[in-house]
Amino acid sequence: MRRSMLFIPGNTPNLLMNADVLGADSIILDLEDAVSPAEKDSARVLVRNALKSLQYKGCEVIIRINPVETEYWTKDLDEIIPLKPNMIMPPKVNGAQDVKTVSEYIGKLEEKCGFPKNTVKLIPLLETTLGIENAFQIAGADERVAAIFLGGEDLTADLRCKRTKEGNEIFYARSRMVCAARACGIDVYDTPFTDVDDIEGLYEDARFAKSLGFSGKASISPRHVEGINEVFSPTQAEIDYAHEVMETIRIAKEQGKGVVSLRGKMIDAPIVERARQVIEMEKAMFGGLEDNE
Amino acid sequence: MKIAANAVAGTLESSDVYVTVEPAQELEIEIQSVVYNQFADQIKESVMEVLQELQVESGKVTINDKGAIDCVIKARVETAVRRAGGAK
Amino acid sequence: MSKLVASIQEAIKQCGLQDGMTISFHHHMRNGDYVLNMVMEVIAQMGYKNLTVNASSVFDVHEPLIGHIKNGVVTNLECNYMGGKVGKAISQGLMENPVIFRSHGGRASDMEKGTSVIDIAFIAAPTADDMGNCTGKYGPSACGSIGYAFADAMNAKKVVVITDNLVAYPLVDFSIPEVYVDCVVAVEQIGNPAGIVSGTTKITRDPVGLKMADYAAKVIEASGLLKDGFSFQTGAGGATLAAAKYIKEMMVAKGIQGSFGMGGITAYMVDMLESGCFKALLDVQCFDLDAVKSIRSNPKHMEVSATQYAGVSGKSAGVDSLDVVLLGATQVDLDFNVNVHTDSNGYIMGGSGGHCDTAAGSKLAIIIAPLTRARLPLVVEHCLCVSTPGKTVDVVVTQRGIAVNTAGGKNVELKQKLKEAKLPVVEISELKKMAEEIAGVPKPVKMGEKVVAKVLYRDGTLLDTIYSVK
Repeated sequence: MRRSMLFIPGNTPNLLMNADVLGADSIILDLEDAVSPAEKDSARVLVRNALKSLQYKGCEVIIRINPVETEYWTKDLDEIIPLKPNMIMPPKVNGAQDVKTVSEYIGKLEEKCGFPKNTVKLIPLLETTLGIENAFQIAGADERVAAIFLGGEDLTADLRCKRTKEGNEIFYARSRMVCAARACGIDVYDTPFTDVDDIEGLYEDARFAKSLGFSGKASISPRHVEGINEVFSPTQAEIDYAHEVMETIRIAKEQGKGVVSLRGKMIDAPIVERARQVIEMEKAMFGGLEDNE
Repeated sequence: MKIAANAVAGTLESSDVYVTVEPAQELEIEIQSVVYNQFADQIKESVMEVLQELQVESGKVTINDKGAIDCVIKARVETAVRRAGGAK
Repeated sequence: MSKLVASIQEAIKQCGLQDGMTISFHHHMRNGDYVLNMVMEVIAQMGYKNLTVNASSVFDVHEPLIGHIKNGVVTNLECNYMGGKVGKAISQGLMENPVIFRSHGGRASDMEKGTSVIDIAFIAAPTADDMGNCTGKYGPSACGSIGYAFADAMNAKKVVVITDNLVAYPLVDFSIPEVYVDCVVAVEQIGNPAGIVSGTTKITRDPVGLKMADYAAKVIEASGLLKDGFSFQTGAGGATLAAAKYIKEMMVAKGIQGSFGMGGITAYMVDMLESGCFKALLDVQCFDLDAVKSIRSNPKHMEVSATQYAGVSGKSAGVDSLDVVLLGATQVDLDFNVNVHTDSNGYIMGGSGGHCDTAAGSKLAIIIAPLTRARLPLVVEHCLCVSTPGKTVDVVVTQRGIAVNTAGGKNVELKQKLKEAKLPVVEISELKKMAEEIAGVPKPVKMGEKVVAKVLYRDGTLLDTIYSVK
């Protein structure tokens, strides 16, 4: 389950050591914007070593590499892929070809390491107008693509407009991305809310993203993680309903009934699928914490 | 392989380490650490491990450690050596 | 009549200082204090030797003490807290006689019980009249409460008030009354305002600190103590302040009307008072300008003496009514004993202050500290110094887990409640293991042979002994 994704700068040892305790379902160890060009080499080695020795229990690890038009991205992958991260996030993806380029390179490294094909997934970051317009092609470009992620800051620069809290300027991009991702059967993640101190605003922004169909939201501040998790978690009513659905199905199967209804509504495949997802999320919601007794 | 040039890596922030490498006749390691009493041996071991891996035979390596864990020390030493062009 | 004398030297003569006597100071001027150094300088010039200095705290600004110790002017030192500069010299074996550490409550109570006798108390007073009525609330060097000075004033054989803001008799809104005061000295400046109180105390932005604060607030919520009548104390550390902010948010959201906030007071506690979270603040010391302003103007923000705050000599103290205290630690051992006196190398750099007093008095004493600091684990086999006994500590909160002290069958219900609240409850030994997995196992530090300090518990009994650093 991935509700929240938290960016962690790739060259700060103290944060790398504690990245997994900040409550995020996924951590994005950043080799791109958080690292100055002069430190690209040291961050790459540091993140590689962190992956080697730190456990990062209970959270998914995503590495944001440098964009394909830079000299860094292959070096990033050379160091990182052997450590088998869950996902790679290529930034500034403009079209399907960018995804294929990265995927192919990862494929070669996977083969060299003896990993099964498509072990490492991709979550392309769409943050250019071209990328948004090509969202559907990007989402369906490769088997490796498990999700797409919207970057609002760079996008508004490219749109030549101002990024606002209300986010009217990225409404089209958000909708387009959700539609593209869902059409390809993959997840889709919303851009971070950038005012670290405005928790109220964060909740509003996250609720809006959820209402559009986003699977979750990224964050640049640990203070936003809890709010994002809360917004993108199923409510107790949804959980209760999901259990009721599954129970009804179970009883129907026992009784050999084909068609079943709950509260006067027929339970069809999409309802069962939704219930399954909710129960899966319920189970995973406190995934990082095991009972120690 | 010899350390051919001066290079540095890391920072002096808490939990990080500042590594300096410079050319020298022999292999020399100098360690300063805020946790010297508790971790001097482990720090030295980490430094040596990286130097051996990168086959560094000579050069002076100066460690100014602010309580970095092993994987950080190793990363910073590796980066400094690579920057000095001392890695194979 | 006037008690005003021309100089510190005159006051010393008039009070009859002799070699071997004990003199005392309070630390409300904190790292901006000029008075201790000023008085010691005069005493040294006058040629006195073998004095015992009992200062409620010794800060880095008091480094000249080292010279007075070397010259034999000062041969005994007693305090509740010692900053790293003097602490390092002490740990290296500067003094023949061990330093005596007490707690804030213990110091005042030992004076009241007569086990700690003060011959002359020198009281830095931001405002005073010529008969000795004095206060910390007003004046260019205002520090707010002067709660730690009450015991000195009331119990010392002679009392000298030193002020840089002499006002006409009678001082309105005094803290310490003239009845205790022998003489008054006016000086140019008693302290550097920049060092006395900080402008604003800021909440940490460190994500790990915020995580710990979040856990601490949730522990308090889950404990069931966060209800009407709630009372609370926290230090001025970044993470504990953040916890206070989270608690305030919970109290406001749930409309909880607490009883009192206590201790060293910061802007955040003032904010809680003003937001209706508390009926009153019991203030023994102000940490920032907002606190000073509030104690001056808000009658619900009350000055209390160290005895009323945390002592054992009175019939009760504020700590006895305290629900929750949030405290720091450099080390915690497997029995929940806490070290706040030394760093991990054994150098003195702190002291109990009110740590053991509040832990003992409160219903729920929470230690909040990161699992490792610069690679050194918080949880160790044995603390280098026991500052607060483990039996008075209830919970240790780190960013990776929360340990509950269930020794002797206590806190079993609390532990269950924390688990039900889905908090990451682990055994204390597990915290040690986690730290070692990340940072490695530190080599134990071997201390020297010489006893450099004795730590007295709040009841005056010996709690632990600090040895020199090799």
